[in-house]
Order: sequence, then C-alpha cells, then structure tokens
Amino acid sequence: MPPFLAFLIRRVLQIVPVVIAIAALNFLLLSLAPGDAADIITAGYGGASVEEVNAVRHALGLDQPLYIRFLAYMSHLLTFDLGYSHVQGATVLSLVAARIPATLLLMMSALGIAIVLGIALGIVAAMRHRSWIDHTLTVVSLLIYATPQFWLGLMLIVLFSVQFGLLPSGGMTTIGGAGGVHGWFGGTVDVLRHLILPATTLALFYVATYTRLMRSSMLEILDLDYITAARARGASERQIGSRHAARNALLPVVTLAGVQIGHALGGSILIETVFGWPGLGRLVFDALLQRDLPTLLGVLFVSSVMVVVASLVVDIVHGLLDPRIVYR
Amino acid sequence: MPAFLDFARRFGRNWTAVAGCVILAAVVFGALFGPAIYPIDPFDMLGRPAQPPSAQFPLGTDVSGRDILAGLLHGARVSLFVGIVASLGATIVGGAVGAVAGYVGGWVDDLLMRVVDFFLTIPSFVLAVVIVAIFTPTIGTITASIAVVSWPSVARLVRGEFVAQRSREYVQACRGLGMSAPEIMIVQILPNALAPIVVVSSLMVATAILTEAGLSFLGLSDPDVISWGYMIGVGRSVLRDAWWMAAIPGVTIMITVLAINLVGEGLNDALNPRLRQR
Repeated sequence: MPPFLAFLIRRVLQIVPVVIAIAALNFLLLSLAPGDAADIITAGYGGASVEEVNAVRHALGLDQPLYIRFLAYMSHLLTFDLGYSHVQGATVLSLVAARIPATLLLMMSALGIAIVLGIALGIVAAMRHRSWIDHTLTVVSLLIYATPQFWLGLMLIVLFSVQFGLLPSGGMTTIGGAGGVHGWFGGTVDVLRHLILPATTLALFYVATYTRLMRSSMLEILDLDYITAARARGASERQIGSRHAARNALLPVVTLAGVQIGHALGGSILIETVFGWPGLGRLVFDALLQRDLPTLLGVLFVSSVMVVVASLVVDIVHGLLDPRIVYR
Repeated sequence: MPAFLDFARRFGRNWTAVAGCVILAAVVFGALFGPAIYPIDPFDMLGRPAQPPSAQFPLGTDVSGRDILAGLLHGARVSLFVGIVASLGATIVGGAVGAVAGYVGGWVDDLLMRVVDFFLTIPSFVLAVVIVAIFTPTIGTITASIAVVSWPSVARLVRGEFVAQRSREYVQACRGLGMSAPEIMIVQILPNALAPIVVVSSLMVATAILTEAGLSFLGLSDPDVISWGYMIGVGRSVLRDAWWMAAIPGVTIMITVLAINLVGEGLNDALNPRLRQR
C-alpha cells in the first residue's frame, strides 16, 4: 500500500474513538440535565399527574438503566439519529442539517478573508520589521484581541447600517426580493451584501491572529542561511519576501487555521445571533430561549465532529504543502 | 529578595505593562469600592428610559431607566470574579493533570493527554453554552463552565514543563534522598515551572471575561447580578436610537481585557527575559 494511503486510512480510523467519546459526553450532559423528555412532553400538554409522566417515561425507555440508555443512544447515532426536538417538533438532524450551509458559508468566508489578509499583513509587518506599519499592526491586533466579537458586530451595524445606510443590518436575504434585482445573479449579490458585515466581524480576530503568527514565522525564517544566500545571489527584497520566505512561513498558519475551526464555530454562534444569520448559532440561540436541550446537544455533537474532520483535512493539506512530512 | 527586585525592575521598565497595571488597578478599585462610593442599585428604575449621559446619570440610563454607571461598577465585580475564579480553577485542575501526566509518564501520560486532546477538540464556547444551559445560569455554573473549557490548555503547558524537568539531576537527587512523588512535584519542580503558568493563567482571566460577556449576551447570565455582557444585550434592542447604551459596557470590557493582556505580556517578558519576543 502506498504510504500516503496507509496514513489516510489510519488517520480516519483514529477518528472513531474520538467520535464515540464525543457521543458519550453528549449523553452524559443529557442525563445530568434536570428533567427529561417526559417532563417536557407532558408539560406541553399543560401538566400531567405523576403516573402519566411515568407512563410517557416508560414509553420512551427513559426508565431504563443508564448503560441501556447509552447503548440505545449510540445505536441511534449509528443511523445519524441525533434525537428529536419536542419543542420544535422536528428531528434534531433535520434542524441542524438545515442550518449547516449558512454557518459554513459564514465561517469559510471569514476564515478565507482572515487567511489571505493575515498572511499578506504578516509578510508586510515582517519585511518592514520595527517600522511604523509594523507597530500599528501590533497595536491594532492588541485592540482586536481585547474586543468582544459580538460587540464589534453591533458597533459595525451602528456604523454601516444605521449611520451610513450602506449595508443590511441582519438576515441572509432581503425579505420580498433583492431590492428589485431578481434571478440567480440578484440573489447572489443580495446574500453577499448580507454576508459582508458578519464575515468581517468574525474575520477580524483571525486576521489579527494570523498577522502576528505569519509575522513571527517570517522573522524566524528571514534569519536563516538560505535567505542570506538568496540575498547574496542578488534576489530583491520583494522576491525574498514572497518567493523564498513566505512559502516556508505558511505552515504554522495552516496548522492554526485548522485548530481554530472549533473556536470559529463558537464565535459564529455569537455573530449569527447579532446579525440574525440563519445558521447553527441562531439555532443555538433559539434553542436556549426555548430550553430545547436535544437541539443544543445536537449542535455540540455536530460541531465537534466538524472539528475532528477539519483537523483531518488540515493534516492532509499539511502533507501536500510540506513534502518533508513523512507518513508513518 | 533580589530575584523579586530584579523581576520588578524588568517589569517596571516595560511602560505598556505598567499602563496595563494602572488601568487594571482602576477597574479593581471600581469593582471593590465603586458601589460604596456611588451607592445606586443597578436594578432600580430611576428615571426616563434611554437617557443620554447627563449630570444626574453620568453615563445615561438603559431601556428600563436603570443607571448605566451603577451597572458598570457592579458588573466589574462579576467580570473580575468570574475571570479570576475560572482562571484559578482551570489552573489548579489543568496544573494537577499536567503535572501528573508529565511527571509519571507512561500510560498515565497517554491516557490523560488523550482526555486533554479530546477536550481541546470540542468547540469550547459551544460546550460552555450547553453546560450553563443544562445547569441553569448562576454565577457558579458560569464560572465552572468557563473553567471546564479552559483547563486543557494549562494541562498541556504544565505537562511540557514537567517532562522537561523530570530527568534533571536535581529531581534525580530528590528521588535518591527518598522524597515522595507529590513532594518532588509540588516543592521541587513546581517553583521551576511557575513562570509560564503564571503568564498563561493571567492571560486566561482576559479570555474568561470575554467568554462570560458572550454567555450573558446570549441570555445565559445570573438573573440576580448585573454583568457587562448582559448590559450589551439590553442595549442591543435599541441600537438604532441609543447606540451608546451597548457601546459603553463594550468599551469597558475592551479596556479591562486589554489591560489584563498588557499585564500578562509584561509578566511574560519580565519572567522569561530570554524568551522576549522580537
């Protein structure tokens, strides 16, 4: 078997115990919660006697011992059954699946902006080390690190939607058609207009992170002998920056971007709430209002699995970017 | 203590760290004595709602006519309490796990680090939201949830330090003298590993404050106490007409977190002079 394929299979198999552990944590949290589905269902009828609640509990199998319920939970998961939201009257899987595209669009746009801008600014800061532009970027990064993302979003709404009236303040599409522009093109432009503010808000933190990381990674590499050799051969600073140093400085940024996907999911919960973006975050917010635990746990499960898969993808990209990595 | 004086001299030379200290001292002062100096209940409805700052209400009133300045002063207590206690809890738990994993090694290390990696995989904010939602929001559950999502990174760091120290000669000498493992870990190794732990847990206070603000903005705040994130959430409903209502607590969070980060960076530079960043 080619080593890369063997690596791929082994790496995919490593995911299995992690996913089981995530499921176990979910089940543990669910069983720790005061009150169960039987309470919620009977409360929906406007109250019930203890016998009636117990009857519902028995019908749902909730009076079984913990390990039986865990096995049942796991066997449901094998068929992608994440449970049922009695509050929303729908399966958790359908609720979560309907929201994933919007969240992915927001997160990928934000991380895309952040990686491109962060790498570019990091290169500039390193090539102009200790200049005013380097110092300005450092100060701005510190400010961004200290700012609650969701609050920044609110302030951007005040600035760009309320004061200047340039961009929509929330939602993903304009209600009742895209401002007179119809069809596929009009719809896309409309979504993009709605995407600008939330994606920028979410991106800024990561722009700051990647700028600083790329800067220090570049500075480290600019000290190495092969850069001195390139200078001696007469390569211009521009060539050294973009061709010689930047490529090797990229690896830590890619690694971090993969690790931070979980972090970005957390951030997007708040950002989606601020901007009414119809993704997983908005689903969490609504579930919180209605105390809809199965949905909350479904989001936790799915987002954790998304992080596991993302780290797998990063490992593979790593191998493609750096031929020195040996698959063992 | 010449070591402490040396540290204080290095820290004092760093003007951004000193500025952070001054700001942080002001916030702590406001949290401790503010409610006594400005004795107004942040939940009392005292005037017309959504007033801009005036002589009677220095920072204006919120949607229910409550004094925003009083809210900020009481909110400072919540933010600092949650930040410090969550960070301490995470440091103790993470430190203990990391120390055992690093010192004992072998399968114990493997097992504990698998657990740590697992917790690092789960999106921490989502987990915090679920924990608080399940156990109903009180200041205790909020603090605990933040500690639960923060300890793994400390454990990683401490493990690294303990692995590096484990095979040093002084540790072998202690073993030879018949010291017990807990004694070696706490009395001998810990002091040598303290500097990075102090830096990480001070920076963690800042993250915890931001997380608490996010949770209470989502409505996951203790209904008995006022917090900065809750105040932003209140201001959000009138963003178009009274933007300052959400802006003021946000700026306060930003200044506080910035101050803590500056102090943390300053500690880092002063405690690890060799690792000083470029």
